[in-house]
Amino acid sequence: MSLTTAERAPGAAARASRGLWRDALRRLLRNGPALAGLFFISLFVAAAILAPVLAPYGPLEGELSGRLQPPSAAHLMGTDLQGRDEWTRILYGARVSLQVGVISVLMAVLMGGLIGSAAGALGGRVDNVLMRVVDVLLAVPGILLAIGIVAWLDRGLPQIMLAVAVTNSPIFARILRGSLLANREMDYVIAARSIGASRLRILTRHLLPNSLTALIVAATLALATAIIDVAGLGFLGLGPPDPRTPEWGTMLTDATKFLRQAPYLIFFPGAAIVISAIGFNLLGDGLRESLDPRLKK
Amino acid sequence: MIKYIIRRLLSTIPVLFGLSIILFAFIHLLPGDPVAALLGQHATPELTVRIRELLGLDQPLWQQYLGYLGQLSRGDLGKSIINNRPVIDEFLIRFPGTIELTIAALILAVGLGIPLGRYAARHPQQLGDGVVTIISLLGISIPIFVLGLTLQYILSVQLKLLPTSGRLDPRIDIPTVTNFMLVDTLLAGDTGAFVDALRHLVLPAIALGSIPLAIITRITRASVLDVSNEDYVRTARAKGLTERRVDSRHIMRNAWLPVVTVIGLQVGGLLAGAVITETVFSWNGVGRWVVEAIQDHDYFVVQSSILIFALIFLVVNLVVDVGYAFLNPRIRYS
Repeated sequence: MSLTTAERAPGAAARASRGLWRDALRRLLRNGPALAGLFFISLFVAAAILAPVLAPYGPLEGELSGRLQPPSAAHLMGTDLQGRDEWTRILYGARVSLQVGVISVLMAVLMGGLIGSAAGALGGRVDNVLMRVVDVLLAVPGILLAIGIVAWLDRGLPQIMLAVAVTNSPIFARILRGSLLANREMDYVIAARSIGASRLRILTRHLLPNSLTALIVAATLALATAIIDVAGLGFLGLGPPDPRTPEWGTMLTDATKFLRQAPYLIFFPGAAIVISAIGFNLLGDGLRESLDPRLKK
Repeated sequence: MIKYIIRRLLSTIPVLFGLSIILFAFIHLLPGDPVAALLGQHATPELTVRIRELLGLDQPLWQQYLGYLGQLSRGDLGKSIINNRPVIDEFLIRFPGTIELTIAALILAVGLGIPLGRYAARHPQQLGDGVVTIISLLGISIPIFVLGLTLQYILSVQLKLLPTSGRLDPRIDIPTVTNFMLVDTLLAGDTGAFVDALRHLVLPAIALGSIPLAIITRITRASVLDVSNEDYVRTARAKGLTERRVDSRHIMRNAWLPVVTVIGLQVGGLLAGAVITETVFSWNGVGRWVVEAIQDHDYFVVQSSILIFALIFLVVNLVVDVGYAFLNPRIRYS
């Protein structure tokens, strides 16, 4: 079955497979767009972590007398309508986006994953009922569902996380169910069943690991959507309950009334959202290609 | 084919039914009290009780739900708690605005996305392909409100090329017939007004169409590339068919399928996007109305409009599936 090194074509030995993850990493590091994505993401994460170090001012610090100042040496991105430093607030805003984005996607993977694996593993009536629930969730436009949940549970960061998680969870349910159904009759699963492995063991040790790559790709792409959704909620006035919290979407809403006088208050938060979203989109696509080399033409 | 349509039609009923239960439960668990919102500072305990009775809010939840279902089956979607107008009337006035916007965005996305995708697929790994890929990456990464505000600033505020917001210049007075501005201005025979309505439509349509444009471009590129590598395409070329004929008869015929599916899927996204686009551009449509209703705790409006949104989405999906079955006989007969 396996060729010994001597039998391989010269040079092939150096490229011998070292397992899924190492191979994927090697392909990822050769993928230009994915590296660009990683670069954007690292900007975003660095801004979130280092905000207190990098920010020249406090996020709530500002004088009304110094409001709506255009970008200058003292205020790189100008000041907002409360006279607060925009650059500082963008840095701190990254904290909110990163935190809410990551937690809500993790919640979505967990919720969707539970629904999808229950549906895929149990099948029959359970599958039918659960998938109809997913259909119902998919039938309501995502942002409306999120708006509804935040309106229902009142404004707050945990509520926003839940809302974004619920709207993103159907994707994960579908992916997991689909992959479970596709793999259920594979030889390796039948082999595991034939040596007497329990259903739970087959699910956790054989089926789930084989669905992992699809989940990782979807979760990376969902991070981009989550960041946009959080900002969207903020833009519609459903952001963090404390209106002073630096959150990119909320900052944009505040700035819409001053489009003429202070367009930079639109561009900088807008660019921050776009850069983070592009980062996760690029990395997600790169991961898809490197985790499944068959996809690359 | 008819059997297929009926089967798909029947399968939407449980979804709608489930949705009505979820929405009902959801809305009656909202923290705000509609009666308090309605009465404001005029609230007295007696008045509150009377209004609750009047609206049927004192009955047990299951009774309220059955009553609600009965209403729905008669086509009655309830009344707005805020202004007591029937939800369906208000909806019908605002819905044309949303349709107009959504169709304009879809035309833009399809009309631009398919040629861009085909172009990129024909020149893979070249400069044009790279540019198209970057455009589609930006399309999915720029939120509607960021793009909308940027367009407003550059094209309206700075260059003064297009109006910032609204559906028609408030100084133009035309009779309301269909609530489709483009149709109403034409019916009034006022070309100036028609052009004005069209100019108002451009920016919101670009903002709303950007995401489907990106997705349609991507899928068209991938699909055309995929089909181009098939053996039968090589055979067609080997037979000496002209490149045009290979393209129209052999490549595009097969490449259409995934594109059609994706176009259908975009409609749900467009309705969701309309909520934000209408807010950015003060566009008088259903999306803005729902956002306002949620903020005002106007229960029946929220409940019914989301139900209608979902219904539209399901119907569109049905139409797409039927269209797909029409294009692809393998589905019809399975």
